[in-house]
Amino acid sequence: MGKSLLDKVWDAHTVRELPAGQTQLFIGLHLIHEVTSPQAFQMLREQGLKVAFPDRTIATVDHIIPTDTEARPFADEQAEGMMSAIERNCREFGIRFLDRSSGQQGIVHVIGPELGLTQPGITIACGDSHTSTHGAFGAVAFGIGTSQVRDVLASQCLALQRPKVRRIIVDGTLAAGVYAKDVILHIIRSLGVKGGVGLAYEYGGGVFDRMTMEERMTVCNMSIEGGARCGYVNPDQRTFDYLRGREFVPKGDAFERGVAWWRSMASDDDAAYLDVVRLDGSRIAPTVTWGINPGQAIGVDERIPTPDSFSADDREVAEDAYGYMDLKPGAPIKGTRIDVAFIGSCTNGRLSDLREAAKVAKLGKVKPHVKALVVPGSQAVAKAAEAEGLPEIFKAAGFEWRLPGCSMCLAMNPDKLSGRQVCASSSNRNFKGRQGSPSGRTLLMSPAMVAAAAIEGAVADVREMLKALKAGC
Amino acid sequence: MSQLIPIAKITGRPIPLRGNDIDTDRILPARFMKAITFDGLGQYAFHDARLDAEGKSRGHVLDDPKHQAKGPRVALVNKNFGCGSSREHAPQSLLRWGVKGIVGESFADIFFGNCVALGIPCVTASEADIAALMAAVEADPAHDLVIDLGTMTVTYLGARYPVSMPDGARQQLLEGTWDATRILLDALDQTRATAARLPYVAGFKG
Repeated sequence: MGKSLLDKVWDAHTVRELPAGQTQLFIGLHLIHEVTSPQAFQMLREQGLKVAFPDRTIATVDHIIPTDTEARPFADEQAEGMMSAIERNCREFGIRFLDRSSGQQGIVHVIGPELGLTQPGITIACGDSHTSTHGAFGAVAFGIGTSQVRDVLASQCLALQRPKVRRIIVDGTLAAGVYAKDVILHIIRSLGVKGGVGLAYEYGGGVFDRMTMEERMTVCNMSIEGGARCGYVNPDQRTFDYLRGREFVPKGDAFERGVAWWRSMASDDDAAYLDVVRLDGSRIAPTVTWGINPGQAIGVDERIPTPDSFSADDREVAEDAYGYMDLKPGAPIKGTRIDVAFIGSCTNGRLSDLREAAKVAKLGKVKPHVKALVVPGSQAVAKAAEAEGLPEIFKAAGFEWRLPGCSMCLAMNPDKLSGRQVCASSSNRNFKGRQGSPSGRTLLMSPAMVAAAAIEGAVADVREMLKALKAGC
Repeated sequence: MSQLIPIAKITGRPIPLRGNDIDTDRILPARFMKAITFDGLGQYAFHDARLDAEGKSRGHVLDDPKHQAKGPRVALVNKNFGCGSSREHAPQSLLRWGVKGIVGESFADIFFGNCVALGIPCVTASEADIAALMAAVEADPAHDLVIDLGTMTVTYLGARYPVSMPDGARQQLLEGTWDATRILLDALDQTRATAARLPYVAGFKG
């Protein structure tokens, strides 16, 4: 029996077995940001510890950074305090800090791949659950808490239990207007928000083989929303082509040696899995969440499910969701009025996401009652988008074009919903209060669907708008 | 460096937190993470579920007069507790509110790991046993509940319930190695040797 990528990576990074089945695992790349690291550095100081491998940690600032100004100090004193803390900590412990002056700042899960820090076959940890994003490259990448951030800083290791692997195969062809975001929302809808607990998800099949690296990142990003510890796609030629020439990727002969090793880390054809799940990509519609967790999702042409369609476990959460969202069972989701449209986040804040949204933005104007934001995932994404004229397209349609950061995905900066506002969002979580207002409401969807909703002022089917575009050509 | 503190038994007044898929944004909304310490987070546990926009109580169980016992507490939860964001701020806020142990049907992976790192045992029991425990506690909350990691049982009002926990985490708590830094640093030489075997660490140099 062969081995999965997860098992190969796990074995290669095992420092030693710990008692009772845990592994002391070497972490190849540690990414840190301003929100979950300050307490970890403080613990190091209190315990008199050093950073063991300072060149294997990279820092940036993303969660609290304002997107409407570069001015320092930040107007928010708490945010300024967090910014000063990470600056001081990186200086004191000798860690490279990619701030705005570097030109390489951005959401931690956007900059890792674009700088080539994220590579196949390595282990990656970050104090952020969406670290699963990096699995798109065939890395084993997971989110950790702050005490574990301290452990990685001090020892470059974690004590972990090896997850079992579920292979998820999506075959068939995605229809026009159906994107990677719809694929992962469909997977979570099918397997549930707790379906992946204790597991790693390995994504494969024709749909994944044909996906770009950015699309794979979108899917892997939301593995955590399915409950999985991490998610990954086996590295292939697309992975290597993406990596070639990036700053932290070896050059010349070293690159070729890298490719050989990366290939060798992919799952064997006869690898053993806990189980295999098959889904038909051709049946996936543009998908929208209607509730308070990412599993509460339906096709845009479906109706909000009725209580009797849920298992006993899920019914109570559904009842809670109808009330919180003020949506009626049996009502169509299409046509649900929105107040805010947010395009960005570590899920969907990359160049290809902005391009797809811009195609739709060209078709009309944002409805006057809608506030619409486009927040690129990194300075590099912003620069590339500017070179293509995307900001002009968005601005002409009535969107605001902002500076890079996490922004309204979790609203730790000034970008927040207010009151009961409804937001069409390309982010990853529709939890109660997630976007900054304790009673705010979030509808997750692809960036193109968000753009369509901004123009309609309500949830719309992007397929219809794209058809109109085609007919117009 | 930190002391080894073995955790074999947790005794505390129980607090039932009903509901599946309670996420860490619900346990601690992101706006309360804008600080460089964990101090004071206890007061914000379940903030938005407890208080409305005017700051009036919504009647959440944490504010229920019959659940205001002082001293250590044990939370009772349903399925997939602590899903979503990896923020350790969530278990830190529960810990600082008083929660020293949690008994539930299931836990999200990252939340579970964060709790181990803080010395908070999260044990699982069957759906029926959790229902029985919650009912018993709601009827009569004024007694101590005991989580015993030695016998892997939970006891309340004389009734014993079998519970489980992955062996590794249980061992860490029983041995006091749940604060993993010291254990991990013990193998720094082996860690350097492992790094040296990984071709990417040296940039795939020939």
